[in-house]
Amino acid sequence: MALLEVKNLHASVGGKEILKGIDLVIEPGEVHAIMGPNGSGKSTLSYVLAGRDGYEVTEGSVQYDGQDLLALAPDERAGAGLFLGFQYPVEIPGVTTMNFLKTALNAVRQYREEKPLDAMQFLKYVRERAAMLNVTDDMLRRALNVGFSGGEKKRNEILQMAVLEPTLAVLDETDSGLDIDALKVVAEGVNAMRTPERSMLIITHYQRLLDYIQPDHVHVLANGRILRSGGKELALELEEKGYGAITGAEAA
Amino acid sequence: MAATTETVEQVQTLANDGYKHGFVTDIEMETAPKGLSEDTVRFISAKKNEPEWLLEWRLTAYRHWLTMPEPQWAKVKFDPIDYQDSYYYAAPKSDDDRPKSLDEIDPKLLETYKKLGIPLLEQELLAGVAVDAVFDSVSVATTYKKKLEEVGVIFCPISEAIQTHPELVRQYMGSIVPYGDNKHAALNSAVFTDGSFVYIPKGVRCPMELSTYFRINAENTGQFERTLIIADEGSYVSYLEGCTAPQRDEHQLHAAVVELITMDDAEIKYSTVQNWYPGDEEGRGGIYNFVTKRGLCRGRNSKIAWTQVETGSAITWKYPSCVLEGDGSIGEFYSVAITNNMQQADTGTKMIHIGKNTRSTIVSKGISAGRADQTYRGLVKILASAEGAQNHTQCDSLLIGDQCGAHTVPYIECANPTASVAHEATTAKISDEQLFYCLQRGLSEEEAVSLIVNGFCKEVMKTLPMEFAVEAQKLIGISLEGSVG
Ligand SMILES: Nc1ncnc2c1ncn2[C@@H]1O[C@H](COP(=O)(O)OP(=O)(O)O)[C@@H](O)[C@H]1O
Ligand SMILES: [Mg+2]
Repeated sequence: MALLEVKNLHASVGGKEILKGIDLVIEPGEVHAIMGPNGSGKSTLSYVLAGRDGYEVTEGSVQYDGQDLLALAPDERAGAGLFLGFQYPVEIPGVTTMNFLKTALNAVRQYREEKPLDAMQFLKYVRERAAMLNVTDDMLRRALNVGFSGGEKKRNEILQMAVLEPTLAVLDETDSGLDIDALKVVAEGVNAMRTPERSMLIITHYQRLLDYIQPDHVHVLANGRILRSGGKELALELEEKGYGAITGAEAA
Repeated sequence: MAATTETVEQVQTLANDGYKHGFVTDIEMETAPKGLSEDTVRFISAKKNEPEWLLEWRLTAYRHWLTMPEPQWAKVKFDPIDYQDSYYYAAPKSDDDRPKSLDEIDPKLLETYKKLGIPLLEQELLAGVAVDAVFDSVSVATTYKKKLEEVGVIFCPISEAIQTHPELVRQYMGSIVPYGDNKHAALNSAVFTDGSFVYIPKGVRCPMELSTYFRINAENTGQFERTLIIADEGSYVSYLEGCTAPQRDEHQLHAAVVELITMDDAEIKYSTVQNWYPGDEEGRGGIYNFVTKRGLCRGRNSKIAWTQVETGSAITWKYPSCVLEGDGSIGEFYSVAITNNMQQADTGTKMIHIGKNTRSTIVSKGISAGRADQTYRGLVKILASAEGAQNHTQCDSLLIGDQCGAHTVPYIECANPTASVAHEATTAKISDEQLFYCLQRGLSEEEAVSLIVNGFCKEVMKTLPMEFAVEAQKLIGISLEGSVG
């Protein structure tokens, strides 16, 4: 059974239709990439999947892990193993990254009917994962994303994914604003998380990230529709010809 | 070990030692005649077996009260108080009038206790259940008093101090907050029934937070409470007032007075968690909390620090202040005020710089939700004598939803050109992005609000004594329940 099955999904924001009929099937363990020009609706798709207020589904359905995803509240979706790596991570002053991670993990563990980790257990748990992503103790002690560089914010998103161990991770432009070294660290972190059960939906504007993370499927999103789907060679074709070649040709 | 666990264990020890029947009160139920008059004042004073000078002082305060107008400057609205429609003295309730067990207590209240993680025995105390004599505060008090006596600390109800240390009480009571200070202070001076008295001798560092004791003793001192703390040269005390658990109380009007005084090099840290009944969603019921708190740093290099977490009461009117008289003395005010639903709060501080090189710090965090309204009102006054005085004020407001209000009213009067005064103020809202981000990580809306607000208040919360901070954090979440979504 597919982990995620999106059928004819239409969604609008502020009364304006942004997603105009998306179909997408993700099997357990698969990595899908969604590519598309700015404004094509990539972030909107991620928000709709995560259940953000104001993103109204007007048509279509989303099945996730055998249940109607759209019927769940955003925190229930997180509890069910859906993770969104934000394109623009949010700052929360006064709340240390460590405390945030612990609160989030214990909230999600509660959904999984697991006991909360105590301070010592958690420290060990988070340090193992932080080390892999070059996240220092100093970063963990700082307020969440406050004063973090672009790269630090993105590494912090991946750290949160590593801590929460989701079943489906949607990563929205986790590569943008990263230099090549940071990109490699992030890609390694993501690759280390790949398992036969865990699926990923990687949203990116550039194909560069896909040099390091090999997707099973690539989709091109433009103007709220998936115009083409294919294997990883599609990403290379895009790189070569640009979005115009695909969107221009097929939108007509 | 947490102080609360400690208390309960000590109480149990005492019980096993055969105190079972020792402390059943057999005070007759007696209530002063309804309303406020000289007779009421005389009645209270006689009940307490007070010396003549104190009766005179009360009467003078009462006569002065009659002539005083209600304070008008606070940004709060309520119907005029009918002072003749209440009782000013009631002996403790007899056990027959109390709930027999927690089964008779409002489940909502119990739910809150549970969320705060308050042990069952303490829940009973707080809810006013007629508990067995072993939990009589007197026995607990005895244990703690012994420890304190060893180092010469005096810590007792003020009514007792009036009998046992009349010279100290007479010298200081009303010297920091004179009865004529404001109408509420005058009322308190006329009819106060009890409160705490603390004296820390020279060079003594008080060996414990003066908190647990108070928590156990909090019953029945609430309405017109009067506290006096004297820290002699080089001494230190941390005093904790109040309770994170909502307290049952029938009186609507609370007018407390707190006076602190520090001699050379002495320090008082006074922390409050105020969680009186705030009224319901429509603003029915709830406590009027009109408090006058002031500290005098009389000695050189002495220090007074106020920390308050105000989440309860329908109306809060409160300005814990410091008079920095001694050269090099320090005043601090850290405040978190939360208003939700229909609550109103007008709170802040006054820092009066008199001595040279005196310093003050003000950190105020106001959180407003629902249709609540709150005002930070602060005065920084630097007298001509205060060479090199420094103040730093930080006032931050956080709004939840768009029907609440937050206002900042700083007054600055500076008569010495060498002084430096800095004021910063910010207003922010909990953003949809922040909330969604937290929800996406699995937090419920309530957990998210609690986390964000606690982050916002962090600077203040970290000044609270450790074991209390944890409860206070939970309390912030509970106070804001239902404020989003
Ligand atoms: N809150 C909003 N209100 C109105 N329009 C929006 C809102 N958010 C996004 N849009 C519009 O939706 C379209 C898709 O945006 P987005 O999903 O962010 O694209 P992408 O992530 O692919 O760059 C854009 O035209 C954008 O202007
Ligand atoms: Mg985007």
